[in-house]
Amino acid sequence: MRTTQAQHRSSWGLAAGALAALGTTLVSTAALAAGIGQPEPWQMDRQVAVTENARDIHTFEQGMHWLSFGISAFVLGLIVYCIFKFNAKANPVPSKTTHNTMIEIAWTIVPVLILVAVAIPSFRLLRTQLSDPKADVIIKVIGHAWYWSYEYPAVENGGGFTFDANIDEEKQPKLLGTDNDMVVPVNKIVKIQVTAADVLHSWAMPSFGFKIDAIPGRLNQFWFKAEREGTYHGQCSELCGARHAYMPITVQVVSDEAYAAWLAEGKTKFARLDDGSKFAEAK
Amino acid sequence: MATATAQSGHHDAHASHTPSFFARWFLSTNHKDIGTLYLLFAFCAGIIGAFLSFGIRMEMEEPGLQYFSNPGTYNVFVTGHGLIMVFFMVMPALIGGFGNWFVPLMIGAPDMAFPRMNNISFWLTVAGFASLVCSLFVEGAPGTSGAGTGWTVYPPLSTSGHPGPSVDFAIFALHLSGAGSILGAINFITTILNMRAPGMTLHKMPLFAWAELVTAFLLLLSLPVLAGAITMLLTDRNFGTTFFDPAGGGDPVLYQHLFWFFGHPEVYIMILPAFGIVSHIISTFSRKPVFGYLAMAYAMVAIGVVGFVVWAHHMYTVGLSLQTQSYFVFATMVIAVPTGVKIFSWIATMWGGSIRFTAAMHWAVGFIFLFTVGGVTGVVLANSAVDKYLHDTYYVVAHFHYVLSLGAVFIIFAGVYYWFPKMTGYVIPEWAGKLHFWLAFIGANILFFPMHFLGLAGMPRRYADYPEAFAGWHKVSTWGGHIFALGMVVFFIGVVLAFRSKVRAADNPWGEGATTLEWTLSSPPPFHQFETLPTIVDDHGH
Repeated sequence: MRTTQAQHRSSWGLAAGALAALGTTLVSTAALAAGIGQPEPWQMDRQVAVTENARDIHTFEQGMHWLSFGISAFVLGLIVYCIFKFNAKANPVPSKTTHNTMIEIAWTIVPVLILVAVAIPSFRLLRTQLSDPKADVIIKVIGHAWYWSYEYPAVENGGGFTFDANIDEEKQPKLLGTDNDMVVPVNKIVKIQVTAADVLHSWAMPSFGFKIDAIPGRLNQFWFKAEREGTYHGQCSELCGARHAYMPITVQVVSDEAYAAWLAEGKTKFARLDDGSKFAEAK
Repeated sequence: MATATAQSGHHDAHASHTPSFFARWFLSTNHKDIGTLYLLFAFCAGIIGAFLSFGIRMEMEEPGLQYFSNPGTYNVFVTGHGLIMVFFMVMPALIGGFGNWFVPLMIGAPDMAFPRMNNISFWLTVAGFASLVCSLFVEGAPGTSGAGTGWTVYPPLSTSGHPGPSVDFAIFALHLSGAGSILGAINFITTILNMRAPGMTLHKMPLFAWAELVTAFLLLLSLPVLAGAITMLLTDRNFGTTFFDPAGGGDPVLYQHLFWFFGHPEVYIMILPAFGIVSHIISTFSRKPVFGYLAMAYAMVAIGVVGFVVWAHHMYTVGLSLQTQSYFVFATMVIAVPTGVKIFSWIATMWGGSIRFTAAMHWAVGFIFLFTVGGVTGVVLANSAVDKYLHDTYYVVAHFHYVLSLGAVFIIFAGVYYWFPKMTGYVIPEWAGKLHFWLAFIGANILFFPMHFLGLAGMPRRYADYPEAFAGWHKVSTWGGHIFALGMVVFFIGVVLAFRSKVRAADNPWGEGATTLEWTLSSPPPFHQFETLPTIVDDHGH
């Protein structure tokens, strides 16, 4: 019996060590592997943020993960301590303590304080995220089973067209490319107004740090200001049927000039948007 | 102790008058037999649910479609796995199984308050399961058999997206098992409030009975809302109503509010009984009474109450206003406080104890740590701003499998190893329980921990196929699944060995730490127990 207890203890110790090692690896390598605009093999952290809000959330979340790791390690430490100090061999006579008012108050108050410390930046981020700045560009996004369509309202030198974005299986990275990409200008506040034509969908863009559900009968709104030119990939994020995994989202963030040229080109290339269609401006 | 032994001797003659096989197992009104039926049913359903998850994990091992030529069928597997594990595995095992078996024994009652209602609760659950199995084999989405709606059954995918009768079968399954659960909840509340042994005040009642009492109230208050929501879904599908159809003035988001008003309490319905079991196991094998008994009981009450006002944290991306989201962030975080009290009180129970690491104790201690991991990722997800990124990704899948698969399911096994000698009179070899634990602990961590990475990298849930970049961690995850499955094999070997070797269990195999009333009875207990009620004089019942 004594030997088996010693074995229990050593196996628990091993497991604790392995988990601690895993945790350390997690936190230390977290910053290393992260894709820009798309996931990368063996990635362990968020995709690189290209909007200010996404970056702030990323930083906040890193903090949350350190906190989570700390709390888990603290609990694990206490458990391991109990395993070594208070096993039947090391401590044959159990104590009869069942109350300690001070410690019970402490382990109620301290978590409350931690949560308050978490809530303050969390509410600030949420306020920014849901703020409603004046839009430079407004685009309507409509989810269909199983593709996205985008509507660009008419502006001075272009726009006034709509197009569908279907998956293009030939494009790389596989399953993330579309035949027609959504195009937005860099460093401009872009507002998307999102709805769906049939079932629920969700327009998700990891690099911009958000997703917003596309719901029939509702017009949801979200904004972003992408700070870096490039191609960014997302995927539908609300179960919408058989081809749920095959309706990717691709956004090209381009310079103002390129955007103007694309708007002008699109006027001839894409289907004309009915002039009667006006965009709701939430302001 | 002496009284109880005398009692079981006194009733031996009575106990031998067990009904015939058919009457005993099909017309049963005995809480222990119904508990056994629930446990057997839960394990059968669990095996089917596990096979579905095996299908999911095999498909996810590599990018591309390997086994499911129709990705709609993959959605059916995901849906079936969720519904079966929630409604037909975890709930029947923890509430119908252990609850029926041990609530009357722990509170010193001869049986449940309504034995025949107990019987119909069980058979309604079985009928519900039969209806769910039927749903797998009739058309749902055009050209696909089975309901591929996710366990949440969101419209319009579950209405216009699934014209076939499959979703109707699934709805009927939830109605039947829900009715069974409501009747069961009434039974538990009546039993616990009226049939406690003389001297056992609520504040002396064992924590498992407290857990089942709170759970029963959650069931009673939340399930009717689900029943209403899915009835509206049914009439939308078949009778031309438009509760959830914007074309007729309805709103799909209304369904989500109704569903999660049930769905969030539901997650506590699954975990609260487990909390109760953990408290007993930790206390028994630390040879110490539970630390902070009253705080432990009222923490469960607090979790139950607050659990009703946090539902929209499942809906941060549907376009709720800033004020609404802020409220739900706040309310959700509040739940971390009573949960923390429970975690620390379990550790404090071990503190200063004289701990024996039996198989059951392995599972309980493993649970404390893994539930903490699932809890802290829950606090991460509670932040709406962060959830905009993580919602509907594998991070969420990792989170709820840590609290349910490595939480509730671990404690189902803990309960089996703890109470198997009491229920059957036989002993599962300790080595089997420990080997099973280590395979499950290592396997489940390898299975679910990488899902955090996948979620952070942006991998959405419920995807039959995925970009190459996610392949690495998915492969690791599938290996973990194999290790976990190996643990299940060890479990079944252990159970078979217990019945074959016929090593008799003592009335109280766990020694002086096991203080609740079930250990004063014989193993297995007589067919009818406590015909002379035990009297509780000290705080024996903790």
